[in-house]
Amino acid sequence: MSLIQHLAIAPVVIPALAAPFAVMVMRHKRTLGTAISLLSCAAMLIAALALLAQAGDGTIRTYALGNWPAPFGIVLVVDRLSAIMLTLAATVSLIALVHAVLTGADRKGWHFHPLFQFQLLGLNGAFLTGDLFNLFVFFEVLLIASYGLMLHGQGPARLKAGVQYVVVNIVGSSLFLIALGLLYALTGTLNMADMGLRVAALGPDDQGLLRVAALLLVSVFALKAAIAPLHLWLPRTYAVTTPAVAALFAIMTKVGVYSIIRVVPQIFGDGAGAAAWAPAPYLLPAAAITAIVGFAGVFVARSLSEQAAYAVIGSTGTLLIAVAGWQADTLTAAIYYLVHSTLAGAALFLVADVVARRRASFADTASAGPVFCQQQTVGLMFMAAAIAATGLPPLSGFIGKLLILESIVDTPGWQSVWGWAWGVILATTLIGVIGFARTGSAIFWKDIPPTDGAEPAVVSSADMVAPIITLALLAAWSIGAGAGTAYGAAAADQILDSASAVRAVLGEP
Amino acid sequence: MTLEFLVASAIGVLVAGGIYMVLRGRTFQVVLGLTLFSYAVNLFLFASGRLTLNAPPILSETATAYTDPLPQALVLTAIVITFGMTAFAVVLALRSFLETGSDQVDGDDAPSTPANDASGETTPGPRA
Repeated sequence: MSLIQHLAIAPVVIPALAAPFAVMVMRHKRTLGTAISLLSCAAMLIAALALLAQAGDGTIRTYALGNWPAPFGIVLVVDRLSAIMLTLAATVSLIALVHAVLTGADRKGWHFHPLFQFQLLGLNGAFLTGDLFNLFVFFEVLLIASYGLMLHGQGPARLKAGVQYVVVNIVGSSLFLIALGLLYALTGTLNMADMGLRVAALGPDDQGLLRVAALLLVSVFALKAAIAPLHLWLPRTYAVTTPAVAALFAIMTKVGVYSIIRVVPQIFGDGAGAAAWAPAPYLLPAAAITAIVGFAGVFVARSLSEQAAYAVIGSTGTLLIAVAGWQADTLTAAIYYLVHSTLAGAALFLVADVVARRRASFADTASAGPVFCQQQTVGLMFMAAAIAATGLPPLSGFIGKLLILESIVDTPGWQSVWGWAWGVILATTLIGVIGFARTGSAIFWKDIPPTDGAEPAVVSSADMVAPIITLALLAAWSIGAGAGTAYGAAAADQILDSASAVRAVLGEP
Repeated sequence: MTLEFLVASAIGVLVAGGIYMVLRGRTFQVVLGLTLFSYAVNLFLFASGRLTLNAPPILSETATAYTDPLPQALVLTAIVITFGMTAFAVVLALRSFLETGSDQVDGDDAPSTPANDASGETTPGPRA
């Protein structure tokens, strides 16, 4: 085997090596640990871009761990969607890491960099694996690292939110195991492609159990993706954690959405008999409620970070409206919007941090404070991030929402509901715009005289680097919308053609 | 009473108890609930390969029937993971109590009336 064939496992191996190395060297030399972490993220980005280029030819590549053939061993599967997700994860993590290093957030506790790498190990593994139990294991890896990262820097607010976050996720993991046990008992396999085949051969007696397993599994993914009514853990957790970590967490909710997109067509697709598309009817109402709840939260949020957390929920809802169509068109729009909404969520958290660092005791609360340094520049950055998050032109959120609106009109079976979906998307956009305008005008347009007449404290503009890069990427994603949607359309075709994945994973029948 | 019925009802009782405890307001009870719930899940996973008596899980020349070895491997992984997670939850709950002075899961401060302070350590009853 040549080295290029091992490329598929690189996104898992790189952080798995970087994390323990960072632990060891950071005891003696802190900067070396930072360097290892940055290098590892850069290497992951290169590997992900190489995989993105490789997957562009339409072949689904598999990597059998330990060379055990599927379905007996665990396989990693690289198709267009996983390559997109890997690239997105590497990009967002590099931005978040740069921001953490520049603002000194990584020096508030001892193990920021190792935890960050373990988080990426879990994320990348979840995007790559073709085995359901392995997906559970990678979920656990990313969760336990996220517990540590979420609590990084500590403080009572984080501990309070942390207890809820941990308890909710442990219950979620237990439900995941129950769903896995049911599916294994029914099909006798854990390989996703193989399970898709065996589900089709199940007798009518087992269809009820299969439906239960399908709905349970999708509920667990919905919990991770913070889809209403399972979203209540998210706002507090994301709002109180370190902003650089929250920016990384913007992609963690997308793991849930990715898993839904991956598992439902593959296992519960057209071939699944009476249980085919069992979770599909529940997705659209849940998505609409999520969008409404999210943007209503944006409307009433008391601080920028809380607003960013609700914007993440709202964008997941919008995204899921498109996913729920399960057509090539709607999935294309969903994939385009998924990339956009991850970057927009990260940008919001980073800008909130930039504001909080300049306003001393006022932090990022939506209230008037004294004039702070670089107020106009920061205000422009906030406006750009808000435009992206709500989906106004010229940034990619507008293109993404336009694609979603256009694609759901022609979805079969949605003749009576697409109007409602349009209403939800457009109304939530309006509510979001008003919400961001409210906080923005309170923070950037209203001033109160400083109490002691002091000049605003000078803050180095180094912390603006990461948000500006994110906003530039959003601009690039709007300009490159043609190429992005073309790749997304090809990825959507690949996902809906579950037979091609079966051929790639299990070999020619 | 078959073996399946016994195992199934044991799992059911554990899940019911676990869910009841997880929904309580204080962290210690929630952690106990998580433990019960994960016991139930482990038993369930173990049973997902069907209940087979007196059969080896790996190749044997004399065996006529086999039990499914995979659920045993799965349950081992699940036990390790849930044990680690539970330990983490215990430490976190303790740390949260020490730092915030409240052992409520929703993080609200415990009522600080003298009566509650005096009896707070010994009465496990639910508090608002």
